[in-house]
Amino acid sequence: MTRIITFAEAIREALYQVMEADENVIVFGLGVDDPKAIFGTTAGLQQRYGLERVFDMPTSENAMTGVGIGAALNGIRPIMVHQRLDFFLLAMDQLVNGAAKWHFMFGGQGKVPITIRLIMGRGWGQGPTHSQNLQAWFAHIPGLKVVMPATAEDAKGLLLESIYDNNPVIFLEHRWLHNTTGEVSEKAERIPLGKARKVREGADVTLIAMSFMVVEAIHAAEFLAINGISCEIIDLRTLAPLDWPMVFESVAKTGRVLALDTGMTTGSFAGEIITRIANECWGALLYAPQRLAMPDYPEGTSVSLTADYHVRAEHIAGKIGQMFGRTLDTTSLVANRRYPHDVPGDWFSGPF
Amino acid sequence: MTTTDDLSVQLLYGMKRIRLVEEYIAARYSEGKMRCPTHLSIGQEAAAIGVGLALNHSDLAVSTHRAHAHYLAKGGDLQAMIAEIYGKAAGCSRGRGGSMHLIDTKVGFMGSTAIVGNSIPVGVGLALSLQLRKSSAVSVIFCGDGSIEEGVFYESANFAAVRKLPVLFVCENNLYSVYSHLRVRQPEGRKIYKMVEALGVPSTLVDGNNPQAVHQAAETAITRIRKGSGPLFLELSTYRWREHCGPNYDNDIGYRTEEEFQVWKNKDPILRFEQNLLAEGVLTISTLKRMEYELKDEIQAAFNFAENAPYPGPQEAFQGIFAEMALTQ
Repeated sequence: MTRIITFAEAIREALYQVMEADENVIVFGLGVDDPKAIFGTTAGLQQRYGLERVFDMPTSENAMTGVGIGAALNGIRPIMVHQRLDFFLLAMDQLVNGAAKWHFMFGGQGKVPITIRLIMGRGWGQGPTHSQNLQAWFAHIPGLKVVMPATAEDAKGLLLESIYDNNPVIFLEHRWLHNTTGEVSEKAERIPLGKARKVREGADVTLIAMSFMVVEAIHAAEFLAINGISCEIIDLRTLAPLDWPMVFESVAKTGRVLALDTGMTTGSFAGEIITRIANECWGALLYAPQRLAMPDYPEGTSVSLTADYHVRAEHIAGKIGQMFGRTLDTTSLVANRRYPHDVPGDWFSGPF
Repeated sequence: MTTTDDLSVQLLYGMKRIRLVEEYIAARYSEGKMRCPTHLSIGQEAAAIGVGLALNHSDLAVSTHRAHAHYLAKGGDLQAMIAEIYGKAAGCSRGRGGSMHLIDTKVGFMGSTAIVGNSIPVGVGLALSLQLRKSSAVSVIFCGDGSIEEGVFYESANFAAVRKLPVLFVCENNLYSVYSHLRVRQPEGRKIYKMVEALGVPSTLVDGNNPQAVHQAAETAITRIRKGSGPLFLELSTYRWREHCGPNYDNDIGYRTEEEFQVWKNKDPILRFEQNLLAEGVLTISTLKRMEYELKDEIQAAFNFAENAPYPGPQEAFQGIFAEMALTQ
């Protein structure tokens, strides 16, 4: 049975189901038991599963990551959550030198089944240090798995799989997705890591997206369809491992590719996508592979400074038009947006 | 040596074993077959063995880049350690970690890591797992005076105190972080153990070159922790005889004096103790000689094993990055 719930509710449901099924699962992070409950995703967990298994923590991102690693080495399955990815940067030693290396570095003695939920976003003045999308950093580190769901169904299924994975998983939640809705199974159905999802079949161009970029890609594809360009959209779901066969097969079919990224342009994961496609699909390409990512500047706070900053559907449509030698009038795409550019929808009124 | 119930003889044996192993390493390092950074604990043996003999195999421990003594004191496999330093497939980490990344989970030695302070929160996390399981085991964190300067130490000690976790911090204060003396790293007059006490972790200062004092302090602390005291901290004063990394003495390169070294060498944890045991009649010369022969045989065998063991194939560099999925889930 499925029913329509939000992305945030899907995460909460996954946490309930996994904590019910396995007493080794624990959840901790700043604010998991506060009234806001990590945008509702941890609401009620502590009441049901107790202070030992669900707990708030000292403001000690680095040590608490190590605590999760240590517990994981002895059979616990910790789920750690940070309301902003940017704070987790304090924990890079434990993540990169510890969690990511442990299993390999000790010749297979020991494993670190920890899931680290990092929430990231854009807009509403999140500014330079509350908005960063650093998936490329994590995907660069061997030994980490990197998950970026775009739908409620994937949020639940991929989170369940991440928790049961015997390796460290970085689970990246885009704040603009928490209130989106979708059909989600009531059961604890896991979705394997490393299997991308074809969001839309198309013939002319492949759009490769992750997380919130999938939403922008869908808007752009609908507009482009009206304008006679058929887009295929691939939602990567996970960056590590990555479903390269689906990517290559699609590009071989369409001959054109635009890789989208919620991170900065230089060193972006989209750059890796383009590189691999150039290596593997050269003969099939009809146009130089393109990417759209964020500018190589920190995100400014003022609503005015983000007016032309983020990649939105009109930019995607414009870029694809360019790939076909066409100049498309995208004013309708902009006009159809019923809310300001710095919020995901009417439901969002801050503060974060 | 065969087994003995006499604690003082066990302490001496354990210290001599560590010393001899490391002197073998030092003597053969220049052959170029141990091709990794190697940090010797010579001079600091009492700290490791005094704590190690107060632990059971079910107790857990983590350590630092200078881990040989802790690994051996916790019961780690000698052959696997030497093979690891030689980069062999039979090494405890299959040649992937080297001297700084030792592990023997069978005896609760859960890993040593190379970034200063890195294993401290891991040890606290192990303690959290023990508390969640309602285990009576204890997690021991071997660290040094340098790690007390890392932010992660405060974070870890704080969380251990908040949750009353079963963890013993064992800080060997050997006065140096690489070549930097404590006086340029911490304010004059600072007592590390006093500062840690102020974090909410009861602390004791012990002569780290006195194996019986270390053992007694460790046993007392571990008994308290098993009864639910929460975290405790031991500061053990000691001294590194050789260079920070490598086999040599380095009193001539200008960062410390020969005089300072001699003061500490006169406080040799092994020689003093050995002489006392002989004088007290706990040990005879012949027993001591037999102990030394047995240790040399064991260590020679470990080095022979390591030298003759095969390397991991080059293809192993590209294997084993991820743990398999749990079969039961």
